[in-house]
Amino acid sequence: MTLGSVPLKYRISIDRDQCMKCMRCVDNCSYGVYRIEDDKILIDSRKCTACHRCLSMCPRDAIMLQERPVDYRSHPLWTAEAREDVINQSRTGKIILAGMGNAVDYPIIFDRLVLDACQVTNPSIDPLREPMELRTYIGKKPSRLEFTKSNGDIDLKTNLTPNLKLDTPLMIGHMSYGAISLNAQLSLAKAVAETGTFMGTGEGGMHEAIYPYQDHTIVQIASGRFGVDINYLERGAAIEIKVGQGAKPGIGGHLPGEKVCSDVSCTRMIPLGSDAISPAPHHDIYSIEDLAQLVRSLKEATNWEKPVFVKIAAVHNVAAIAAGIARSSADAVVIDGFRGGTGAAPKVFRDNVGIPIEAAISAVDEKLNDQGIRNEVSIIASGGIRNSGDLAKSIALGADAVYIGTASLIALGCRVCGNCYRGLCPWGIATQKPELVGRIDPEIGSQNVANLIRAWTLELSELMGAAGLNSIESLRGNRERLRGYMLDEGLLDVLKVKSVGA
Amino acid sequence: MQVEPLVIDVKGMHYTPLNKQIRAAVASGVREIVLNNVLGQRFIANGLRGDVRITVNGVPGGDLGMFMSGPECEVFGDAEHAPGNTMDSGTLVIHGSAGDAVAHSMRGGSVFVKGNIGYRGGIHMKEYEDKRPILAIGGTSHAFLGEYMAGGLILVLGIGHDPAVRDRGIGSGIHGGEIVIRGDVSERLLGVGAMKVEFTEEDLERISPVIKEFCERFDLDPSKFLDTHYCRIVPSSSRPFAGKYTWE
Amino acid sequence: MVKFISGKYYLIAPKPNIIVINMCGIIGVIDRTMSRMDGSSIKEALSLMDERGSGEGAGYVAYGIYPDYADCYAIHVFFDNLLEPKTRVDEILKQWGRVVYQEEIPTYEQPDLKREHIPWRYFFKPYTDLMVGTKNPDDDNVKRLVMNINANVEGALIFSSGKDLGVFKASGWPEDVANFYRIEDYKGYIWLAHNRYPTNTSGWWGGAHPFNLLDWSVVHNGEITSYGTNRRYVEGHGYQCTMLTDTEVVAYLFDLLGRRHGLTSEMVVEALAPPFWDEIDEMPEKQQELMRAIRLTYGPALMNGPFAIVVATNDGIVGFSDRIKLRPLVAGENGSRLYISSEEAAIRTMDPDVETIYMPRAGEPVVGRVVE
Repeated sequence: MTLGSVPLKYRISIDRDQCMKCMRCVDNCSYGVYRIEDDKILIDSRKCTACHRCLSMCPRDAIMLQERPVDYRSHPLWTAEAREDVINQSRTGKIILAGMGNAVDYPIIFDRLVLDACQVTNPSIDPLREPMELRTYIGKKPSRLEFTKSNGDIDLKTNLTPNLKLDTPLMIGHMSYGAISLNAQLSLAKAVAETGTFMGTGEGGMHEAIYPYQDHTIVQIASGRFGVDINYLERGAAIEIKVGQGAKPGIGGHLPGEKVCSDVSCTRMIPLGSDAISPAPHHDIYSIEDLAQLVRSLKEATNWEKPVFVKIAAVHNVAAIAAGIARSSADAVVIDGFRGGTGAAPKVFRDNVGIPIEAAISAVDEKLNDQGIRNEVSIIASGGIRNSGDLAKSIALGADAVYIGTASLIALGCRVCGNCYRGLCPWGIATQKPELVGRIDPEIGSQNVANLIRAWTLELSELMGAAGLNSIESLRGNRERLRGYMLDEGLLDVLKVKSVGA
Repeated sequence: MQVEPLVIDVKGMHYTPLNKQIRAAVASGVREIVLNNVLGQRFIANGLRGDVRITVNGVPGGDLGMFMSGPECEVFGDAEHAPGNTMDSGTLVIHGSAGDAVAHSMRGGSVFVKGNIGYRGGIHMKEYEDKRPILAIGGTSHAFLGEYMAGGLILVLGIGHDPAVRDRGIGSGIHGGEIVIRGDVSERLLGVGAMKVEFTEEDLERISPVIKEFCERFDLDPSKFLDTHYCRIVPSSSRPFAGKYTWE
Repeated sequence: MVKFISGKYYLIAPKPNIIVINMCGIIGVIDRTMSRMDGSSIKEALSLMDERGSGEGAGYVAYGIYPDYADCYAIHVFFDNLLEPKTRVDEILKQWGRVVYQEEIPTYEQPDLKREHIPWRYFFKPYTDLMVGTKNPDDDNVKRLVMNINANVEGALIFSSGKDLGVFKASGWPEDVANFYRIEDYKGYIWLAHNRYPTNTSGWWGGAHPFNLLDWSVVHNGEITSYGTNRRYVEGHGYQCTMLTDTEVVAYLFDLLGRRHGLTSEMVVEALAPPFWDEIDEMPEKQQELMRAIRLTYGPALMNGPFAIVVATNDGIVGFSDRIKLRPLVAGENGSRLYISSEEAAIRTMDPDVETIYMPRAGEPVVGRVVE
């Protein structure tokens, strides 16, 4: 008995009148959609992932792509995807692996929040002409200052612990070398160095090509401890313990052996071609006090010179967990919402586990504030931040800064096709194949990413100026400047924002 | 120039000033440090580099020698959990027993424990090129020994224990390295992805330097451990998860 | 006189509609030798700024007016009626301390002033041993009482709670409010006054300035755009904002930073209206470190938006404006007297012989301290 094939996901067609047979599509498609036979370009649409590489390279706009060209009998519950997943699993008996973030049509809270602006009772500020302060310090802050007074001189008694100084409250999150290519990572590194902010290395160690930008990196230590030694810890400007990830809370990760090429193997310090497995928990953290111990251990190893962040997936009890983290010596809590991207995650996790970042930020901010310790620890939010509006709203809900991931990859060409786990990324991002990696020129790539950071920074300044604010501290947690539009009362209460009109 | 050994009475001392003092001493050329009255100080020699020998008299706290790269630490007492955690190189010698997660994620160097270890010893140890971590245990180990192991060697001599290991989950998720246990290991104690293979003369030859060093460290007669009565446990695949997934 | 329809109802609504706008005129004066002035000239000065108000709120605070009860907390309350609200307040006060004396605050009917509440005053001594875990048991006791009563007792609002000082305020034009309380009968060494142009909670007396907590009194002109952030900060440290206006948060910030954390008034102002980062980067290293510490530690206390503020405590006054000077502020001196106001004319009305008049720089405090 056979289940037969399922309909095409995408159909590619070529306008033969427009096509000049330049063969760029053939050369660019790493999935093998195009081939040449008898001087004719033939198409195998079934291999298409909608990565748009061919479209973007076609000089004549001759290629057309249609999603789901074949109809199923429409059904609100049994969508085409639901049916196809069942067919796939009844064929294989395996866990479905998917790329990028949550692909379920949950309501987007960011799109139900609106920002405020000044009219009459206070003046807007033009950020191009008057000071506008976006400088953000990430790290532990004292609860209060103490001074010593002698002969009328006042001296500061409280010691500040090291903080990261960001020129804009926007960083690039952790995407490891291995998950993405070296040229992609290098582009991000150059961009953050240029724009006065930071990027995460992911849990893959640090390739020596990144060393020149190490002062702008946050090195990650995850459960696999790949590439982690004392040199690595000392290189980063800060250290991040990854406990969980929004795209797949509660499970570990693994880099498939085929992505472990010689350079990746060297950076991660593991044998060539072997699976790099990150267990679900850190096996030296089974409880909150163990986390505090790892935080202190990292600080001790680096002579208390590095801020230590702790990243968790936004899960139901995120506020209490964050409060526990805040009580350790950790400098920042990173919360990754359920829309967070990933190279590969079991689809059932990606689409079903965790909570949205908007609610998580607010809940954590509120819990820490209730306990009077909000300002002592920084909150970094990530997972589905698409534009400066999302950035501003995240900060107004209580974040100190955000991490972006997918957005920074789109700046390098990514079209969110979601096939990262296959290692064939035609944009040279999620692949280790040298011929594909070479498609990214880090000089140009870094300019695109830096442009994106600058553009959002500029827009954030404009939004703040319009709201009569000239320092980022005054936007942070300032829910007075947010209103909920068509949000239910329960959610308004979680977000601690009023309805529009109220 | 010979620098005098540094002796510190650490009674009641916090680990941060202690480690600062150790680091400063190593930087100034001290090669021999003796810590007396150690009780519960965590992170001793954490991230420490250099050619130095530290004698720990007492019971150090958790994460002894974490991220350590080079030094040798000899403990005359028991150790708490995770000595040798993510250790890079160097040696830990423990003249007693140790807690859970000994040599967690260790990537190089050696940990010798004269007595027993707790649960999940050698978890996720890994090797790369010439770095091959060694965890050698004189007594026995509790469950999940060598869980997720990705490289290196775990040796259990089982002195005073028959069988040497009686807890389950040995090598669960192992995808690199080897676990060598004296005597036989019941099949039902093996974890997922672990398999027993014959222990050969070549294996013994390879491992005997470790056995000899262990015996030398603890003043034991090596001859009775140089027989072939060992069980060798290795991964059934270096890609244990390769068949778990289907694409979307 | 029993009026149940009052602004107080907004207080107990589940989601109080906090509105944060005060245009207004302000004036403050201190005699640094503590020589006491009666309220007649400040009344005149405030009335001069009627253009800045709308006849919907005015108020005065004076320090040194109750020498006979100088060691008692003078608790001024607006009661909606003298039945349940007062019974509740009496009970709470008796539980936490001793009422040395109480009376209705003398008032005099004014044709254009609609009486919304009954102003009452208690002279109160808290039981010191009832408060634990604090270095200032009496102050913290009274602070807690004020927060508790204002948040939970319907029909009662404590609007003044310091020692040897009193706030007098109502909805109306400055001269009507002054005449209603006959403020010329009070003599103080510090006076602050405020003329209000509200955009919300118009009829509610609690919304008029000055705002007071313990020894701290605040008059404010402008709008605090960072109110949401500032409010959350003080609420995280045991304060409850119940007055439906942004100004009260200033009093709580001064109480938290000044009294509880022990910062000087100048340093509190540095925290509330700090120099810009590019200015800090240019400072000598030690000062840089201090300013960075202040901004990092007290970031949530930073106030944004247009404002001019005068804060008083029993040993002095401090006036300051926002960091980019979006509201006017003028200072004047004559011998032992320091004046701070929205308009020079108001200062000259109070003191035609004023010697120097100057405009303080944005964010820099003007401080007048009593000399012992």
